[in-house]
Amino acid sequence: MSIPLEHDYIGLSETSSLERSSDKISSSSSTVTTKDENSNVFNLKETELRLGLPGSLSPERKAGLGISLFGKDFEDKTNGYSHSPLKNFVSGAKRGFSDAIDASGNWDLSMNGGSEVDLAKGSVLFPPTGGKSALEKINTQQSCLPGPAKKDAGVHSPQKPIQEKKTSPANDNNSAPAAKAQVVGWPPIRSFRKSTMATNSAKNSDGVDEKSGSGCIYVKVSMDGAPYLRKVDLKTFRNYAELSSALEKMFSCFTIGQCTSHGLRGREGLSESCLMDLLHGSEYVLTYEDKDGDWMLVGDVPWAMFTDSCKRLRIMKGSEAIGLAPRAMEKCKNRN
Amino acid sequence: MDSISKKTKDSPNSTDSPESTHPSSFPDEVLEGVLSLLSFNKDRSSVSLVCKDWYNAERWTRTKVFIGNCYSVSPEIVARRFPKIRSIILKGKPRFSDFNLVPENWGADIQSWLVVFARVYPFLEELRLKRMTVSDESLEFLAASFPGFKALSLSSCDGFSTDGLKAIATHCKNLIELDIQDNGMDDFGGGWLSCFPENFASLEVLNFASLNSEVNFDALERLVTRCKSLKVLRVNKGITLEQLQRLLMRAPQLMELGTGSFQQDLTPRQCAELESAFSNCKNLHTVSGLWEANSLNLPILYPACASLVFLNLIDATLQSGELAKLLAHCPNLRRLWVQDTVEDKGLEAVGSCCPLLEELRVFPADPFDPDILHGVTESGFVAVSRGCRRLRYVLYFCRQMTNAAVATIVQNCPDFTHFRLCIINPGQPDHLTNEPMDEAFGAVVKTCTKLQRLSVSGLLTDLTFEYIGKYAKNLETLSVAFAGSSDRGMQCVLGGCSKLRKLEIRDCPFGNAALLSGLEKYESMRSLWMSACNVTMNGCRLLAREMPWLNVEVMKDEESDDSHADKVYVYRSVAGPRRDAPPFVMTL
Repeated sequence: MSIPLEHDYIGLSETSSLERSSDKISSSSSTVTTKDENSNVFNLKETELRLGLPGSLSPERKAGLGISLFGKDFEDKTNGYSHSPLKNFVSGAKRGFSDAIDASGNWDLSMNGGSEVDLAKGSVLFPPTGGKSALEKINTQQSCLPGPAKKDAGVHSPQKPIQEKKTSPANDNNSAPAAKAQVVGWPPIRSFRKSTMATNSAKNSDGVDEKSGSGCIYVKVSMDGAPYLRKVDLKTFRNYAELSSALEKMFSCFTIGQCTSHGLRGREGLSESCLMDLLHGSEYVLTYEDKDGDWMLVGDVPWAMFTDSCKRLRIMKGSEAIGLAPRAMEKCKNRN
Repeated sequence: MDSISKKTKDSPNSTDSPESTHPSSFPDEVLEGVLSLLSFNKDRSSVSLVCKDWYNAERWTRTKVFIGNCYSVSPEIVARRFPKIRSIILKGKPRFSDFNLVPENWGADIQSWLVVFARVYPFLEELRLKRMTVSDESLEFLAASFPGFKALSLSSCDGFSTDGLKAIATHCKNLIELDIQDNGMDDFGGGWLSCFPENFASLEVLNFASLNSEVNFDALERLVTRCKSLKVLRVNKGITLEQLQRLLMRAPQLMELGTGSFQQDLTPRQCAELESAFSNCKNLHTVSGLWEANSLNLPILYPACASLVFLNLIDATLQSGELAKLLAHCPNLRRLWVQDTVEDKGLEAVGSCCPLLEELRVFPADPFDPDILHGVTESGFVAVSRGCRRLRYVLYFCRQMTNAAVATIVQNCPDFTHFRLCIINPGQPDHLTNEPMDEAFGAVVKTCTKLQRLSVSGLLTDLTFEYIGKYAKNLETLSVAFAGSSDRGMQCVLGGCSKLRKLEIRDCPFGNAALLSGLEKYESMRSLWMSACNVTMNGCRLLAREMPWLNVEVMKDEESDDSHADKVYVYRSVAGPRRDAPPFVMTL
């Protein structure tokens, strides 16, 4: 397995070199001293030049889930980062996974090349006339690769994303760029549709958003090793079996490597113990975050109680759920 | 041939003009008779330019007027020129107001128009408004002033509520059409529907899909039963499947249907009844609505699918499998709107099932949620292009795209007239090569010679705009965001696209030089919008000074400095500067 490579890629030696180059860019931009000025900006901290795991440095994130490589990634607002390393895990090769390996190697090169060019453009793009703070915000975020969570919320810095997008994608070969800003009026979806869709999606953060009147319970589902999140409406399932089969379908492409060998795919009518078997057998454990913010094993409580308290789901690798795994196994045994 | 023209009758102006001594080849009545057969206003505009006689004949026979920018002309001018108007289409705010870029109370109020119309066009029958501000009082005034009023369509309007609809339902005895779409309106309940009188039976089009409050179903059912000519019915999601079945049984003649909620748990008998109801609707060619449709319930549509031409699934969150199964029954589809939850796999099904497809719109299910990354990619689009060679209109929201894919797509479908590609992350490059998306749009404009409308996105340099200026000779509407490298980009477009009418730009590095390069051109365009660019107040003042027939309006953001022109809206007008501009709109 290439896990050590992932660690490197994510946090260790690569990071430092990246940070160095990031610093280089930042210092060569015209207005550098803006980090302080932007302290009023939401989530600025996460837009600073850091290249660790997006979640690993933010204080509000919950710690203590054991060594979770990508544990908090999906809670953060960035995905671009998590893309590339994850692809090494998955043999499904859905989106040019093999490129991820190249990506890590080319990191420095593309970073430098890309950002210098873009930097040159930067000075043309945004001459300091008008002293718009957008320019400053741009430069702070220039080298935020996948790191930065949200861009500055809305305010009025629509120019900012241009710069950010120009540099960060240079480092993010295969994946969508990192943080998406709350840019006013972008993407260009009509306000009318926005409001109807907003009732469907969780606002500002992960979590349950009950659509009043129709009783939908949308929760995000993340899976370790999967490049993107999904959402499910818990109301459409009546029991754990339906939930698990839906999740299995949703994430089947990512468990291809695991499941086929166990011959567990395509089984109908999964019971709770089967779910555990499946997940356990394929080294994945289905967990959920409840209202108190605790991560629990799915299947412990009656379904109705579960739908009431579940805020998000996570298909965790068995090895990650250190604190939970033994319980899972026990429960499995008890049920069998 | 009798060369003496009878000019005296219906052409009051002709005696005033020098050209009136010019003998006409045939009498006015004949000319007017002929011209009254012209339906396209473009033709009519051409006709009106021939000579004074023809101008007059045309104006006396025009019954429909289309005003693309309500501030380009005044109601008095319209009334003076066209005495016999029965049908009016009016558009107000700039399109970017749909995306919250225009502050509230900007204007485009219909009231001043209605006051004039009430005086001059008492026989007005149709009013179609887009992006106008309409108050309840205006709706009441409308209902009271035009006894023969037949058709009201409100799209992306704001300022009114269901109270205004009550007035329309109550007083418009000859109403044929009530079409309420996507408006910023207040919904105080569904009681308006019950305001249609019990003997009212003329409705042919009823669309209240965008209203949330439940209407009285009995009243609706009775209304549908009475209105034997009902062709278009779009209900809101408060209507259940069971109720839908009853409505369909009452109106098998329907041509366009917007269902309500599609989520109900149905017994087998109910399913059968619904299937039967759908198969009874022999004229049904358009279906929309389908809120919360699931794989259990979608099959009830199947009997109606073979004749479907337009399927609007943007309110149905379908997965790829569900879409594939549905489309297998829809071989005649010409227009399809979906959410990107169908993913590339769903689009592959589009390509294989719908060879006659001409229009595809793919909307993002979660556009503002940064964590969600599923959706469609370039491969979905390519798959559609392979199977649907007749594509001419596409609106595609995606999170990744490549130059190569777009090149392939336009190779497969060279007949695009509308190409609107939105890569959701601003300024995102080709995700495989990391290069700008210049070549993609270059391929579009080079290959699609009929292109009328283009929206660009992704990482773009001036090269994109060089291509556009050089090749997009039929381009009329261009939307640009987060793109370009310098003034040159915009200059290329203004210099090259001779047919350009609407140019809307946001967050681009175009400044005064670019703005002023279009000095001569803006009079031949409907409007220009530039926001968050590098234009300054001085540049705008210069433009305004040089071009008196243009209205140059600037809206400033709170935090910007004095010299920066944050939002610029330039449009030609024969009505002079706005008299109703709010304080935040500066006319230069």
